[in-house]
Amino acid sequence: MDWLHWLFYVGVILGAVPVMVMAFIWLERRGLGRLQLRPGPNRAGPFGILQPVADAIKVLTKEDIVPVAGDHWVHFVAPLVVFAPAMLVFTVIPFQEDGGLVRGLVPDLNIGILYIVAVSSISTIGVFMAAWGSNNKYSLISAFRSMAQVVSYEIPLALAILGVVLAAGTMSLTGIVQAQAVPFIVMQPLGFIIFFIAATAELNRTPFDLMEAESEMVAGYHIEYSGMKFALFYLAEYAYTVGISAIAATLFLGGWKAPWGVGPQVGVLWLVVKILLVFMVILWIRGTFPRVRVDQLMGFAWKFLFPLSLINIFIIAAESLAWPGLPWWLLFPNTAIALVLVVVWSGLFRLGGGRVQV
Amino acid sequence: MSVGLEQYLLLSAVLFTIGLVGALSKRNAIIVLMCIEIMLNAVNLTLVAFYRYGGLDITGMVFALFVMLVAAAEVALGLAIVFSLYRSRETVDLAEMDMMKW
Amino acid sequence: MDLQAVAFYVLAAMLVVSALAVVLIPNVFRAGLFLVLAFFAVAGLFITLGADFLGAVQILVYVGAIGVLLLLAIMLTRDVHHGSPGNRLWLPASVLGALLLGAVSWSLLNTTWADKAAEMPVPATAALGASVFDLQNGFILPLEIGALALLAVVIGAIVLVGEKK
Repeated sequence: MDWLHWLFYVGVILGAVPVMVMAFIWLERRGLGRLQLRPGPNRAGPFGILQPVADAIKVLTKEDIVPVAGDHWVHFVAPLVVFAPAMLVFTVIPFQEDGGLVRGLVPDLNIGILYIVAVSSISTIGVFMAAWGSNNKYSLISAFRSMAQVVSYEIPLALAILGVVLAAGTMSLTGIVQAQAVPFIVMQPLGFIIFFIAATAELNRTPFDLMEAESEMVAGYHIEYSGMKFALFYLAEYAYTVGISAIAATLFLGGWKAPWGVGPQVGVLWLVVKILLVFMVILWIRGTFPRVRVDQLMGFAWKFLFPLSLINIFIIAAESLAWPGLPWWLLFPNTAIALVLVVVWSGLFRLGGGRVQV
Repeated sequence: MSVGLEQYLLLSAVLFTIGLVGALSKRNAIIVLMCIEIMLNAVNLTLVAFYRYGGLDITGMVFALFVMLVAAAEVALGLAIVFSLYRSRETVDLAEMDMMKW
Repeated sequence: MDLQAVAFYVLAAMLVVSALAVVLIPNVFRAGLFLVLAFFAVAGLFITLGADFLGAVQILVYVGAIGVLLLLAIMLTRDVHHGSPGNRLWLPASVLGALLLGAVSWSLLNTTWADKAAEMPVPATAALGASVFDLQNGFILPLEIGALALLAVVIGAIVLVGEKK
């Protein structure tokens, strides 16, 4: 039975994630088209719904080109090292409170969220391997940028997650969802803002996609990849986006819980709805914001997110000492504090003649 | 073929020896730092093995945690020193770091 | 053979092979990658010992921070093409290592260890936290000193490699 559980969920994750990723790729391309006042892909199938399938077929039938001067072995392994952590994130996401079969692979892992932070830090190694194996100057520059970005934004990300762990009193994701009588997005708005921005940067999504900025360095670290290996990078990127959306939904939006307890009590359904919600916001940001410069990127991490996340931790810790159990009315002072802090800190960033001084 | 304390200790002894030989016999400063990390990992393995088989005394794990803290600090500072050496000498070869020798 | 034994022998083989590869292979970047593999194997061994928190911290600190930093250093310094040469000390070092290994393994195989915990321990994350932050017998002072050391290291590293004005 135990083995059956593992087999079933490994199958579910390996099957459901790529399907979800393909749906989300379609959603992103159509939604982005809508945001940019163009139709988006609309040829393959009704509303272009078969476009991801066509893309997949195209990419799989392409020639696999390996640079002669690169390190072939490293070049071969790199896509797997990037792809595996993106899938491993899903193993601890709880789908439902209970109900026998549909709960998730290991939703009660007592170090759940620490596991996610640890696993997602692996993919940087994969980016380095891709850059080194390609032996391409744009790849290397991209890997250096990625290193600076991921390491800088991992600190506010971890600190924002720490606020959630403090409030919930557990690192298990099931426990964190159960602790959210009021979703943490309302209780810790500052923590959610920091988490969301830092997670977007970790994903290398558009305002922070310096490492694959098309106009500066072609395609970044996967410039020398084609065919199946490129498909793996592409898949990993979207799988990780879905993963971060799932983590945000679980940590801050109440996971499987129905909002206010109304509606059908099907945990998986609510989780998917919330993942979709977070993903749409990420997409919206991608369609709206211009790309930041390198100095702005680092300044934003170290001068804006980092101090605010320390203040957030301090506030949550003080509140949980003063009022154990964190009553729901704390959402009013917390929201006020978040607003005031964001406004005050934004004053440190000047907009003069279209140039942002950090 | 059951596994007990001895197997873990033997493994970490082997690991420590590999790290020691590497740290003593390599000329690339970064490889030497890597070998020191291997030695620290061997020590951590011993500490956690003693936690597991020594009556679950939590102090073993606490000690391993502090070793990790010090290792992180050591690598950051060690690499900073290697970088500044590389800047002035254009090499990380330890055999050429003989400015203080006469 | 139970599951722990299988996991132990697989991870031990992986660990020894990758540690040897770090020392022996001439390609510095690949040596760094094998070091990361060795860190993974140690994390797996921690989990077989019931220290899953330490396993996760091992991946977070060693793979996510130290491994990435070492790979970055390898890519920034242009000595990669020189490989990883040995120095004149390799023979004495090997002899010393063999002697040390022999002495340690002889002594540990001839010691009667009091194996106390036969069954797998429960996850000790909460106990670990309680032990570190215990006010009477805890480790708050070492923790503070460690935090201070990290701060000093950050400042020291910035001073060492920062741009000279």
